[in-house]
Amino acid sequence: MADDVLLRARGVRKSFGAVEVLKGIDLEVRQGQVVSLIGASGSGKTTFLRCVNLLEEHDGGEILLDGEPVGYRTEGGRRRRLSETAISAQRARIGMVFQQFNLFPHLTAEENVMLGLTKVLNKPKAEAREIATHWLSRVGLAERRGHYPYQLSGGQQQRVAIARAVAMEPRLLLFDEVTSALDPELVSEVLGVMQGLAESGMTMLVVSHEMLFVREVSHHVVFMDQGRVAQAGPPEAVFGNPESERLRSFLGRFHGMFGI
Amino acid sequence: MLDFSFAPGTFWFEAWVARFSLLNGLWVTMSASALTILFATLFGVAMGVALAYGWWWLRLLARIYVDFMRGIPILVLILFTYYGLSLFGINLPAYWAGVIALSAFATAHIAETLRGAVESVPAGQMEAGKAIGLRFSQRLRYVILPQALRRMLPPWVNTGLEVVKGTTLLSIIGVVELLLTNQQIVARNYLIVDFYLFAGLLYLMINATIAWLGARLERRFSYLRY
Repeated sequence: MADDVLLRARGVRKSFGAVEVLKGIDLEVRQGQVVSLIGASGSGKTTFLRCVNLLEEHDGGEILLDGEPVGYRTEGGRRRRLSETAISAQRARIGMVFQQFNLFPHLTAEENVMLGLTKVLNKPKAEAREIATHWLSRVGLAERRGHYPYQLSGGQQQRVAIARAVAMEPRLLLFDEVTSALDPELVSEVLGVMQGLAESGMTMLVVSHEMLFVREVSHHVVFMDQGRVAQAGPPEAVFGNPESERLRSFLGRFHGMFGI
Repeated sequence: MLDFSFAPGTFWFEAWVARFSLLNGLWVTMSASALTILFATLFGVAMGVALAYGWWWLRLLARIYVDFMRGIPILVLILFTYYGLSLFGINLPAYWAGVIALSAFATAHIAETLRGAVESVPAGQMEAGKAIGLRFSQRLRYVILPQALRRMLPPWVNTGLEVVKGTTLLSIIGVVELLLTNQQIVARNYLIVDFYLFAGLLYLMINATIAWLGARLERRFSYLRY
């Protein structure tokens, strides 16, 4: 593909039983961009993010990463699900950070970061440890590398989770409300790490309720409402000139945080 | 009752005379227990994984097996394996018939325990494993099973204790394990209280050791918290 679009979603649909959660999502993430998904809960942002990483399978439309459809291939005009191995390989190119951290509790911080490096990327242990140390110090946790998750605060756990995701050198990093489960005073340390990653050119797709962060760091903001993209554009446009009543009232909840 | 003098007809004398049969009985009990626990753990873990993640027909088969095994008395299973199978031309030595029957029984228990343990691992763990690109077998091996096995440690120890006690049933098919050894000694000298008390104490010691080892393991894995 000639352009620098890394992730392209076209008409993505997804239903849970009779409830259609995604009603045709179009979205593009360019290389090096930070794209944020905002919207009320139930608007489908998290579901969309999970579809990108194949934690959910979309029912219709297509999601292309580097021009390659995720989760299936087309054979004689029919969609066929990829094998488990091929799906795992695709997932390895996409990193994901979860709301609940999901660190492996039986592994130390360092081992959490090393697991994918040694088992998925087949790196030798020594090299994996080096990479883990590098990323753990990037998130400010070099001295905690031998700690188990329960010995770390929520903010520290989430920073380890970010290190675990980014150490795999993914093409794209997904953030699923990564500060929502944190105590307020721990939010900024995680957002700081994310901002650093964004500045280093990491391509990121972020679901967040941290409107200040979204406005400051995103190149592109997508407002989702009831399974559709209601408005999208640069943050100044979305925050400065909300077109719909629903976006106005959504942003109104954050009123006072910035001058809308 | 307990008499500490050392003369024929006293407990210590009779125990000394029978020391080799007692040691042999102890060995039979301990080896049958150890083998059963080993087999049942291997097969039980495999079957537990099948119960949790298998294709529907595999889950169904495993479920039928587990419910069947949990629903019948171990003694029936032992008698069937020893006498029943010989009707089909399969003649197993009593010891092995017993070990197989006990293993078949304990496998069902461990399988069900493991299924529960696997399902108690939060869904986010599987998802985190997916997100870093681990294949299913790797997620199972490096993420789910290490956590599930630690969670099932207490019920696993219980199954071990049940197995040790269950080996006494092997005396019914003529395996000269610890209980039958003591019965034979009692038949000679009528020191009923002494030798049954002695046998009980030995079982207690074996099981106390297992429980102690289990508690130690649990302490070792105490960092597994959320």
